[in-house]
Amino acid sequence: MIYSEKVMDHFSNPRNVGVIADADGVGQVGNPVCGDMMTFYIKVKDDHLTDVKFQTFGCGAAIAVSSMVSEMAIGKTLAEAMAITNDKVAEELGGLPKNKMHCSNLGADALHEAIKNYQNKLMGVSKESSAGAQAGHEEHEEGCCCPYCDGPVDGLEDVCACRHCDIELVECPECGNYTNKADASCVSCGARMTK
Amino acid sequence: MKRIYLDHVAATPLLPEVIEAMLPFFRERFGNAQSLHADGQVVLDAVEEARTRTGRLINAEPAEVIFTASGSEANNLAVKGLASARRAKGTHLVLSAVEHQSVINSAKSLEKMGFTTTLVPVDPAGTVHPGDVEKAMTKDTVLISVMLANSEIGTIEPVAEIARIAQGRNILFHTDAVAAAGSVPIDVKALGVDALSLAGDQFYGPKGGAALYLKKGTRILPLIEGGIQEGGRRGGTENVPAIVGLGVAAEIARKKLDERAAKARVLRDELIRGLPAKIDRVILTGHPQNRLPHHASFVVEFIEGEAMLLSLDMKGIAVSSGSACTSKALKASHVILATGIDHATAQGSVVFSLLEDTTAEDIAAVLEIFPPIVDRLRKMSPLYTQFLKEGQT
Repeated sequence: MIYSEKVMDHFSNPRNVGVIADADGVGQVGNPVCGDMMTFYIKVKDDHLTDVKFQTFGCGAAIAVSSMVSEMAIGKTLAEAMAITNDKVAEELGGLPKNKMHCSNLGADALHEAIKNYQNKLMGVSKESSAGAQAGHEEHEEGCCCPYCDGPVDGLEDVCACRHCDIELVECPECGNYTNKADASCVSCGARMTK
Repeated sequence: MKRIYLDHVAATPLLPEVIEAMLPFFRERFGNAQSLHADGQVVLDAVEEARTRTGRLINAEPAEVIFTASGSEANNLAVKGLASARRAKGTHLVLSAVEHQSVINSAKSLEKMGFTTTLVPVDPAGTVHPGDVEKAMTKDTVLISVMLANSEIGTIEPVAEIARIAQGRNILFHTDAVAAAGSVPIDVKALGVDALSLAGDQFYGPKGGAALYLKKGTRILPLIEGGIQEGGRRGGTENVPAIVGLGVAAEIARKKLDERAAKARVLRDELIRGLPAKIDRVILTGHPQNRLPHHASFVVEFIEGEAMLLSLDMKGIAVSSGSACTSKALKASHVILATGIDHATAQGSVVFSLLEDTTAEDIAAVLEIFPPIVDRLRKMSPLYTQFLKEGQT
């Protein structure tokens, strides 16, 4: 089985699914073209998240991640919630397959977007966010394998590709692993890729 | 809980007769088919009997059957081996856009050695139009490869017509019949193909037992060089148990093919009718009639295939999906995209492929179990919420 028991539990019985009609903040990330899209709704009282709900279009991992993020976030202060990282979510879920790590990134991102949306509404325009900077500390692997299929990577220097997956690969500046050139974030560590 | 296995396209169970026939070749008949002593010769006889049986399934002579370890290997051998052998005549290949990875990636390998490839598009039903293949041909074309049937969308391609065009221009024609062989009648002479790939694990034979049909007198360069096995076209000691198993499965398929297909077609059509009747915004992929008899494939809007697959699995139903999330590279299926379905909708791919012992009760169970799963996932989906709100069409 590619997924842990915890992932399957959150996938089959996701917590906090739904929409909050009078939400204090809403965050949406991803898009259906890439396969995952998440919308988070939050209610805030005294700097604490009193309710979190989500809707997710995506695979088993995406649904489990959303559920776990919502569970981790409820009751937390905004700063604590902003400190929830993809790594922590994946860890709480008992791990995720390598090629599904980006799902955990999306979940944390969607929550953070909802918090920022709340803060912006509260304070006007402030773009600054308190925490949430991710450290790329995936174990560095020898960059010889495609991160998706573990197959050999073709090409030299700047043009790398996995022929099996039919994708162009670039090295992630954060963790040094290969990731799909077309993606917005690194498949291994979740760091955002600048185009 | 009784499992309902509807993933024929991934693997079929082995028939008891097939297993029985294979067993002696794991035990007392362990000899090497190339040995001149009695222990070798008894094995050689079995390999040659399997060759005759495999050939008979597709109306080929025994000498025209080359055993391989998989359908992918047969496709690699055909594309690389035939193109390389004809290199002096030209370096252009024509493939359909919905070919299996083993065909497409073989062509990509050849591109590195100076070949060029033209991919012929398909229509929304997944059908390749012979006229489009003709347009794609150049003076330099040496090989055309168009599959007999597609495992993701089920569509059966007009291979005989395309083969005629190829023949008229003296261009070699290969068809990947891995998804079709054993499920639809195949006559290589009537089709007019020069090469055809098949795999026993698609018709109740073992994994590892597959073959390439190569028309008598067609030159090919081997991928695996070694001894004189397979007439020098595929070196390496024969995988005798798998070859014997393939032969028996081919023999049974030849006899039972029509009966299997007739039964599967009824149940398939039950799914094709039943699912859209019970679930809104579900689209049949592939051709509505001209498709594999055991194959019903759909895209379900607003939700994702892996989530459907896992949910069905928890209810004991095994299916496959061409969604990006089910592939390791997280890329949507090139086959579904080639039919003109957009990336987002392609994520909702789900493929039901029936076995010979699939029952009407199994299909009724799917029609009962699947709609609530779709419902549950849609309730979670922001896309569906948006659709309900905006009521877009």
